[in-house]
Amino acid sequence: MATIAIEHVTKVYPNGAEAVSDLDVEVADGEFLILVGPSGCGKTTALRMVAGLEHITEGTVRIGERVVNDLSPRERDVAMVFQNYALYPHMTVAQNIGFALSLQKVEKSEIDRRVKEAARVLGLTEHLRRKPAQLSGGQRQRVAMGRAIVREPAAFLMDEPLSNLDAKLRVQMRAEVSRIQRRLGVATLYVTHDQIEAMTMGDRVAVMRSGRLQQCDAPQTLYDHPANLFVAAFIGSPAMNLYQADVDPEGARLRLGEQAIELPAKLRGDSTIGPYRGKSLVVGVRPEDLTDAALAGQDDSHARLEGEVDLVEALGAEKLVHFRIDASRLQASDARLSTEEDLDLTEGEIGAQTTTAGVARVPPHSAIRAGEHAVFELSPARLHLFDPDSGRALAERD
Amino acid sequence: MSASAAEAGRVPASRAAERRRRRLPRGAALWREIGFYLLVLIAIAVSLFPFYWILRTSLATNAEIANGVESTGLLPSHLSFKAYVDDFTQQHFLKPLINSAIVALLATAITIVVSTIAGYALARMPIRGSGLILGFILIAGFFPVLAMVGPLFLLFKELGVLDSIYPLILAYLVYTLPIATWLLRNFFSQIPRDLEEAALVDGATRLQALRKVVVPVAVPGVFTAAILAFILAWNDFAFAVSFLETPPHFTAPLAIVNFGQSNFQVFYNRIDAAVVIITIPIALLVLFAQRRIVTGLTAGSFR
Repeated sequence: MATIAIEHVTKVYPNGAEAVSDLDVEVADGEFLILVGPSGCGKTTALRMVAGLEHITEGTVRIGERVVNDLSPRERDVAMVFQNYALYPHMTVAQNIGFALSLQKVEKSEIDRRVKEAARVLGLTEHLRRKPAQLSGGQRQRVAMGRAIVREPAAFLMDEPLSNLDAKLRVQMRAEVSRIQRRLGVATLYVTHDQIEAMTMGDRVAVMRSGRLQQCDAPQTLYDHPANLFVAAFIGSPAMNLYQADVDPEGARLRLGEQAIELPAKLRGDSTIGPYRGKSLVVGVRPEDLTDAALAGQDDSHARLEGEVDLVEALGAEKLVHFRIDASRLQASDARLSTEEDLDLTEGEIGAQTTTAGVARVPPHSAIRAGEHAVFELSPARLHLFDPDSGRALAERD
Repeated sequence: MSASAAEAGRVPASRAAERRRRRLPRGAALWREIGFYLLVLIAIAVSLFPFYWILRTSLATNAEIANGVESTGLLPSHLSFKAYVDDFTQQHFLKPLINSAIVALLATAITIVVSTIAGYALARMPIRGSGLILGFILIAGFFPVLAMVGPLFLLFKELGVLDSIYPLILAYLVYTLPIATWLLRNFFSQIPRDLEEAALVDGATRLQALRKVVVPVAVPGVFTAAILAFILAWNDFAFAVSFLETPPHFTAPLAIVNFGQSNFQVFYNRIDAAVVIITIPIALLVLFAQRRIVTGLTAGSFR
């Protein structure tokens, strides 16, 4: 039981590439912290520095009270689950799980007891005598988990442990890993590129991009109050609609192409909209904040947004409406997003960033149909505003 | 691997079906097949005949051999195991066999320990100029054995260790080590790093990770290296004939060559019986190791 403190850690590879820059994150005792970001953002490097598999160029890593920078992996008392499981192919499941204990010279009967207990928790009891090659992907993943939990370590490190599973099993294991982590109450650093895993599993989520920490908050906070454009675009599926908007000289209205949205009073203050009067900024709308105006009651405080519907995807519980408006949507290649290659690498999980379309999430009984003109209602209070140059979110709404 | 195996399984099946359709109307395919197997048969006969002839000679009496092939023919008229008995009673072949076993086993053991560690280091550690080292090792491995006899002879003479089997072991290491190190390095670099990193995080030292995880996974490679080293040492003649002087220190190949020297008569049956005897360990080793290598390869699959 301990905390993991990553204090101003930087990693520079011998070839000069900076994989992690001044990362500062702390995982509290018993906390489940997710490190999320697109491929190559440095999250795995950060994890490996905590494990002791990668040298720390600058900064300090602390596990509990100990500074572990110069300790070998075996002295750090951490357990790690690898992306490809890294099971020892020549050992049985029981030997795999008990390997760490046998290295610690734990008594044989005690190893036996703890391996059986771990196997029971993971539902591996009848597979203990098998070799990894005889197991299914899900079972191998459990063995990898078993190898970690049997040790009762100071901290868990997990490197995309679910990414090799098929979609259905992944959902199941997601819940199971969370359950086990909560049960054991060990500080856990979990790396993933999957923002759904990040949102559903973590107590807190740290979003990284190009080696830098973008924001570290509870999943809901991250979703409701993204600190910048990158986080806004990365978290959420379908992704937030981001448009270029012009602010009128009084700072009371936003113009998206031909349409205008009245800003609520609390966003009109000098501290928020002040510097942008008569200029442009980036406005973001979550798909679920756009509702079918035909279904909504008349509410004067709500603004409207109209568009041409390209496509309606009925998902059963909801419909996703893909539409176009004449405001220019922020492109993935836009320098202010600075995610050009990053976004492309994340297997489409960020959504259709490259089209000019927007997405709305409407109830299943909505009558909006493809090819028609649609009117959406939105609460201006739910708008996200970003500085067009730095990408930083404008002052909090409340 | 599984995909290609499945493919390999499919292709012959369809070809067999094709053959069934074609075989009767067209004789050309049949003749091609007959021709193919005939060639295989010839190849086998050519390569196996010398072995057969050695075996046949070893089982003949000296009188039969003296009369020549015309009188006995390809098949022996009766089998005599006298040459095998004579090898041990008259030629004192047991001592050279023991010498050979000691030399070959020790050379193999040292080769495996050293080349495993060296191969691992070259595959995994960030060593400056490791490419150059590897290239040098490969060159050393292919260096002509006879070119090393002279310098090594002078060295052993200066050290006063000629006519002993133990310096011979050192001499064998000169060419078993480079080959084994090269082979094992390539094996180790194919093993995913994750595996040993998992062992390190599980609390193993580097050496424990090597011994308990990497080497067991690399068993096919270690076996191949061991067999190569053993065969090289066991079969050596050039070093033995150069560095050994007195019969009690002879290794088996050297002893066989000296079988005829004390007599006016050459006992070809005894020589060939000894050749059969020294071939047996190699044959057994290859048969046993073949199975080991195959099972090792399949057990190594993971993920």
